[in-house]
Amino acid sequence: MKKSAMPQELKFSMKGKGKIVTNGIFASNPVFRLVLGMCPTLAISTSAFNGLGMGLAATVVLVCSNALVSLLRKVIPDKVRIPAYVLIIATFVTLVEMLLRKFIPALYDALGIYLPLIVVNCIILARAEAFASTNKVGDSVLDGLGMGLGFTLALVLLGVIREFLGSGTFFTGSFGDVEFGVTLGDLPDYSMAVFVLPAGGFLTLGLVMAAINAISDKAAKARDEKHEEEGKLIDEMVREHVENELAETENIAKDEVYAERSLPSSGDDGDMPVGEERK
Amino acid sequence: MTYFLLIIGAMFVNNFVLCQFLGCCPFLGVSKKTDTALGMGLAVIFVMGIASVFTWLVQKLLVAAGIEYLQTIAFILVIAALVQLVELLLKKFMPALYSALGVYLPLITTNCAVLGVAILNIQSYGIATAESLFMSFLNGVFSGAGFTIAILLLAGIRERMDVNAVPKPFRGFPVTLVAASIMSLAFTAFSGMIS
Repeated sequence: MKKSAMPQELKFSMKGKGKIVTNGIFASNPVFRLVLGMCPTLAISTSAFNGLGMGLAATVVLVCSNALVSLLRKVIPDKVRIPAYVLIIATFVTLVEMLLRKFIPALYDALGIYLPLIVVNCIILARAEAFASTNKVGDSVLDGLGMGLGFTLALVLLGVIREFLGSGTFFTGSFGDVEFGVTLGDLPDYSMAVFVLPAGGFLTLGLVMAAINAISDKAAKARDEKHEEEGKLIDEMVREHVENELAETENIAKDEVYAERSLPSSGDDGDMPVGEERK
Repeated sequence: MTYFLLIIGAMFVNNFVLCQFLGCCPFLGVSKKTDTALGMGLAVIFVMGIASVFTWLVQKLLVAAGIEYLQTIAFILVIAALVQLVELLLKKFMPALYSALGVYLPLITTNCAVLGVAILNIQSYGIATAESLFMSFLNGVFSGAGFTIAILLLAGIRERMDVNAVPKPFRGFPVTLVAASIMSLAFTAFSGMIS
């Protein structure tokens, strides 16, 4: 994609700003709609707590990198922008990595290799390229926040499902010395371990995605039907209007035709080439 | 024997895509046709092999300088530069190979399998790959081969799925994910082969 020499900045109203955030969470949710960032989504969503941690870590990186990319959008030359973005992202990932290791070591261990791999999470690079590189700092931060929260929501949703089916617990985890979460009676004894295995990750995401498609299809259909009914009324009105117009123009046209026909009949009948050719 | 175990481990037991969720984006994105999948797979083998060697050397430098915490930044820079370099060299000296792999090379920079193998070589696989450059290289190449096997299989499945009637909400990604899930289940059977 080539950026134009004069990047166009979109101006957003207050309502538009709210929409930037909700857009990332629902309408173009990075996981369910844009299908970006699959690796951490599938790997980390074995429990809701890990999903939350991963989501928030990615959100922090996303907001910071969007802000910096947006600030530097007029400084970074077009040709080296991708390496520059990657470097910015890598810097923030390293910071988050260090902070987590110091303050929440349990989460640091649980995220493992996927923490440094936030660098190559396509969501972050995609938002830097598609949004932050052409928009104002404030809007870019909001976009990062929306996308990050959308990612977090998706991870927590998948995490809750997989944790419940795969280990029979709900939101277990530990923060420092504090343990929390609910173990649901005897459920852990009857859990289906496949859901915390990779196979369960693919399956859960596939099924959730299909469910979301089905729901949004249904909503779209309902909206279309509503539009159709309204549309029929409007069509009727338009048709009547058009018919009236047509009738009027026809009348005018008829008048004009009569007028034109009456004109040539007045004189040059003898110069008509038709008569000569027939000879 | 250690080499053999490493190869089998990298290709099947710890298959990058199906058992470790590395490189899922190209796995799902570039698996519509078998020939493009093969192209992507070969490009990944190529870059992962070279990247394993260079990041291993860079890690030694970082350790010598006492700045291991810059690992992530250093690795991603090395990989990005390497991909660019490989692209240029291929264009100049092997135009045939370039025209076959060219499109896929830039995509590989953001393929987490490459950064993943670089980090895993040093961290989790422990002593064998961390100490021997050759083992690292082998691990890179055969992890890439594992990726190629997975993406080729999925592309074959998707080509056949295209001619079948799939329920509407499942069309596209969802049914692909379900297929990947069944493949992953099959690969789970390899686990425990190597302790």
